Amino acid sequence: MDITSIKELAKRMRLLSLTMAYKAGKNGAHLGGGLSLIEIMAVLYGGVLNINPETPINPERDIVLMGKGHGVLAYYTALYEAGFISKEDIDSFEKEGSLFIGHPVKDISKGIEYSSGSLGMALSVGVGMAISAKNRKSHRKIYVIMGDGECQEGSSWEACFLAAKYQLDNLVIFVDNNRIQSDGFSKDICGYDNLEEKFAAFGCEVKSINGHSVEALLNALEYHNYNKPNVIIANTIKGKGVSFMENNYKWHHSVLNKSQYETALAEVRSTYAGG
Amino acid sequence: MQEVNKRNIRTWSMLGQRGTICGVALPEIMADNSRCYVLTADLGHTSGLDRVIEQYPNRFINVGIAEQSLIGTAAGIAFDDNVAVVTTFATFLTMRCFEQIRHNLGYQRANVKLLGAMSGFSIGMFGNTHYAYEDIALMRVIPNMIVISPADATEAYKAIYAAIEFDGPVYIRLSDGVNSQMVYESDYEFKIGKSVYLLRGNNATIIACGGMVAECIKSAQILEEKGIHISVINMHSIKPLDEEILKSISDEEIIFTVEEHSIIGGLGSAVAEYYSSFEHSPRHIRIGVYDKFVAPGEQQYIKKVNRLDSVGIAERVFEVVSGDR
Repeated sequence: MDITSIKELAKRMRLLSLTMAYKAGKNGAHLGGGLSLIEIMAVLYGGVLNINPETPINPERDIVLMGKGHGVLAYYTALYEAGFISKEDIDSFEKEGSLFIGHPVKDISKGIEYSSGSLGMALSVGVGMAISAKNRKSHRKIYVIMGDGECQEGSSWEACFLAAKYQLDNLVIFVDNNRIQSDGFSKDICGYDNLEEKFAAFGCEVKSINGHSVEALLNALEYHNYNKPNVIIANTIKGKGVSFMENNYKWHHSVLNKSQYETALAEVRSTYAGG
Repeated sequence: MQEVNKRNIRTWSMLGQRGTICGVALPEIMADNSRCYVLTADLGHTSGLDRVIEQYPNRFINVGIAEQSLIGTAAGIAFDDNVAVVTTFATFLTMRCFEQIRHNLGYQRANVKLLGAMSGFSIGMFGNTHYAYEDIALMRVIPNMIVISPADATEAYKAIYAAIEFDGPVYIRLSDGVNSQMVYESDYEFKIGKSVYLLRGNNATIIACGGMVAECIKSAQILEEKGIHISVINMHSIKPLDEEILKSISDEEIIFTVEEHSIIGGLGSAVAEYYSSFEHSPRHIRIGVYDKFVAPGEQQYIKKVNRLDSVGIAERVFEVVSGDR
C-alpha cells in the first residue's frame, strides 16, 4: 500500500468535498462530519477494499455500509476516485432529481450498497451480511462506517450483542469519533467519552487510533482478531483541514459562501497534506 | 408443498396459523431452499420453530429481545441474496422496529417476510401491551409492502408459500391460536391480491379478513334465519387490495367491513379509500375496534364484548339492513 498516494488521494477528496459543498449553495452540506471521515474512506477505497467498478455485483466483493449517511462528501469523493461514479454524478450533488443527494441512495452499480441517513440502521444490516457471508464461506469483509453520535442509537448496541455472539471477525466497525454532533460536544449531550470501553464490554476487539493518520489506519486494519468483531475508534477532528470549521459544531451542516470556500481551499492546498 | 386435503386441513387447524407456518411450512421451505433463513427475537419455541431450530441451526438466528436488530439483521441477510423469514409478536414486530421495516424492507425492498404472531387479541390474558390492532395500518402505509391476513391455518400455509415466491417484503398477520376455526374444508386457489367469495347473498356484502372471516360465515347463518341473505368475501390481501371485486360490488346498497383491528387504517379504511373517488358507492359500515384500548380477556371474550363475534356482527348487520340505524 502506497502511503503517499493515499495521502494525496485524501487531499484531492478534501478539496473536491469543499467544491461540492460550495456548489450545493443554499442547500448546504454536512461539512464537519464529511471532512473528519476523509482519511478513513481514502484508506478503504485507496487500496484496502476488494472492489472493482467493472464487476460491482461480484458476490466476493467487500461491502461498505455507511451508517453515518451524512458523511457523503467523503463517501462520494471516494467513490469518484475509485471509479464508481462519474464527474457528472459529482456535479449533480444535491441537485433536484439527482441520485447524489445529502444521504446515500442504494445503487450497487455505483458502489452504493445501502441507503442511509437514518442513524443506527447500518450496523445490524452489516451483522446480517457478515453472518450470511460466513455461512456461505465467503472471504468478503463488511465495513460499517459509524459516527460517534450515531452510537447513541440503541440499535447499535443490539447489533453489537449479535456481532459478538456470532464472532464476526469479518465485520469491521469504524467509528468516526469526532466527538461533536449537531447540537455540540457529545460528552455534554450524552455524558460519555469512552466508546472504547463500551464496545469492548459488548465483546468487540477495539483499537483506538488517530483517524487522520493513514499509517495508523492501515496498521489497525492489518491486525485481525479471529473471533471477535473488530472496532476501530478513529479519533478525528470535525471539519478537519479547515481552521474555521475544526471542532466547531456549527459546521455540522452549513452553507459555504464564496470567501469561506476560497479560504478553505487555500488552507487545504497549502497546509494540509494528511497524516 | 403438501397437498391441501381434508386430513392436512384438520391438522393445520389444530396447529393454528402460527404452528402451521412455523412448525410445518418453514421446515419444508428451508429443506427446499438453502438460502432461506428464519429469525426471531426470543420467541423460537413460542412460535413453534422447534423443527427449524433443530434441523437448520446455521439458518436459524435468535437475536434476543432486540427487534431493531431483528429487522436489520434479516435485511442484511436478505441483501446477500437470501430470503429471510422473521417472526415475533405482531405488536413488537410492527411497532418497536417500524422505522427499520420502512427503511430496509420498504425503501430498499429487502426480501424479508414478516410473520406477526399473536395479532389482534389472540394472546388473551397478556393484555394490551401484547395485542396488535394497529399492525395492518402500520404495515399498509409502507410503500412496497404486501399485507396479508389469512382467514385460517390453511390459508396461512398457502400464504407463506406465496410470500416466499414473491420477491419483496410481505407482512403476514397471524391472529389465531391452536384448535382454530376452519374456513376452508378443501383446496382452493390462493393468490396475493385476489379475494375469495365464500357466500353469496343479495341483501348486503361483508368483506372480512383474518379470524373475522369465520365469524362472518357464522353471522351469515344467523342472518339467514332472519331472512337476510348476505355475501361474505375473504379479503385476505389488504395490500394489494382486490379492487376488481370492490368495483364489481360498487352498485350495492350496503357493505360491511369486519376486522379484528382498529377501524382506523385497516381493511375498512383501505376499502373506504378505494371508494372515496367514486361518484356513487355503497353505504359502508366499518366494524372493528373503535379507537380504544380494549378491556383484556381471552380472544373470544374480547370479540364478544366488542361485538366482533358472530352474534355481535349479525346484530349489527341486522340493525343496518333492517333500517334500525
